[in-house]
Amino acid sequence: MDNKKKYFWNEYQKEIADDNYYYERSCIRQSFFPGSETAFLKILRDELGKTIIDDQNQHTCTGIGYHSDVVQFDTTMTICARLFSLMTDKELKNFVPSCVTSFGIFTEVFETWQEFPEELEKARNFLRKATGREFNIPENISHPSDIIYKYRKELKQKMKYQLVNHKTGKPLRVVEHIGCHYGKIFTKHAVGGAEFPQVLAGMIEEWGGEVIDYPERRHCCGFGFRQYLVMANRGYSVANTKKKFESMEPYKPDFVLTNCPGCTMFMDRWQYTIAEMEGKTYDENGMGIPVLTYEELTGLLLGYNPWDLGLQVHQIQSEALLDKLGIPYDPKDKFVGKSGKFIGQPEKPEILKVDYDG
Amino acid sequence: MKHWGFKISKPRVLDFDTANLDAYNRLIEKVPSAHRCLMCGACTATCTANLHTEFNFRNCHLMFRRGQFDGLAEELDKCMLCGKCKLVCPRGVNTRAIIYNLRIVLSDLNYKKIES
Repeated sequence: MDNKKKYFWNEYQKEIADDNYYYERSCIRQSFFPGSETAFLKILRDELGKTIIDDQNQHTCTGIGYHSDVVQFDTTMTICARLFSLMTDKELKNFVPSCVTSFGIFTEVFETWQEFPEELEKARNFLRKATGREFNIPENISHPSDIIYKYRKELKQKMKYQLVNHKTGKPLRVVEHIGCHYGKIFTKHAVGGAEFPQVLAGMIEEWGGEVIDYPERRHCCGFGFRQYLVMANRGYSVANTKKKFESMEPYKPDFVLTNCPGCTMFMDRWQYTIAEMEGKTYDENGMGIPVLTYEELTGLLLGYNPWDLGLQVHQIQSEALLDKLGIPYDPKDKFVGKSGKFIGQPEKPEILKVDYDG
Repeated sequence: MKHWGFKISKPRVLDFDTANLDAYNRLIEKVPSAHRCLMCGACTATCTANLHTEFNFRNCHLMFRRGQFDGLAEELDKCMLCGKCKLVCPRGVNTRAIIYNLRIVLSDLNYKKIES
């Protein structure tokens, strides 16, 4: 990279803390993709040797309520202030929200306090009156995908597998989808800003895959809170997902990688909806295109058990992808819980093909 | 097929990669004044057919200009060719000739054969 390019690329970089994180869990990820957050904590602690606190007193950031117009911004600021006070109690300064919606909320609150100091004082007073607590503003707010991106080279050294089809030796073709609230609201908080988001593409390229650049690459997944909350409006939501998949279909992606819980959820589940409503699937075998979180992908390449990562909970089954990567798995363990008991399995869809009998 | 109380909305985006924009040039050859239309809608406001049906000449002309032909032939059949639209056009566009020739161009494209 020449000096001129390097200079401009520096404008699109963000500072990512290197250790001592306070982890703020997502409200929805633990039910949709239960293995992802556990995998992230394990990767940071066991693989990278970092300190990250998973506080049992944490709570919602109000993101879904705020974006659905049922929670006022004053309330949101106070709730965020309480989370910052929990971080302050642990004597930490680096805040790591698991969810992209939360990340957007915290950056919005952070920027509001920077621009309007009177709002900060208001939030401090609200929190003091309600709970008697005080807080420090985080020195660094990083999304977990930022941290994985920062340490992608170190993690590559520990990986057992690469993003390469082990039968053909060709790189896997990957669609990367970044949550809108990660970089489209406050661009300086995103690696690469809104124009050149590199956080997922950087991981894919480092780990041997090929990023697909398709026309609707930066289009929303269709999560849009007010679209899906009212059933009659869900057609708008699924239409966005359909538009993206129709755009990426000719490029024949092996899987989709996302960093937002909503994007993972909707790009995964709406494929089932589109298949059952219109009989359309976007891969050659009628099984759909797997959608993975960045923690699941990192865990898979590090050699973690796919069922411990929760891949069986996805709507689009991932056995075909595991076969391409050459990752071994035991089909008998797919629906067996940690206690060794059968946890049940979902019904078989009518049109979308799956690997289990149902 | 399953139904969950909502439909998948169709996109309203025009795909210029697949649109046939050349057909409009053929219309211009036949009716040069079509080029002057600024889509004000006076033609539709005065249209007798529009009073009794959903026929919208302005929309038909706009869709044709953008290469969107689906359902256009059926819409044009609602016009009675009375020519009131031509009288009110502030740009002097020969709207009646546009409709007549639109049907011919669409027929040439095999969108719908005109009977006699």
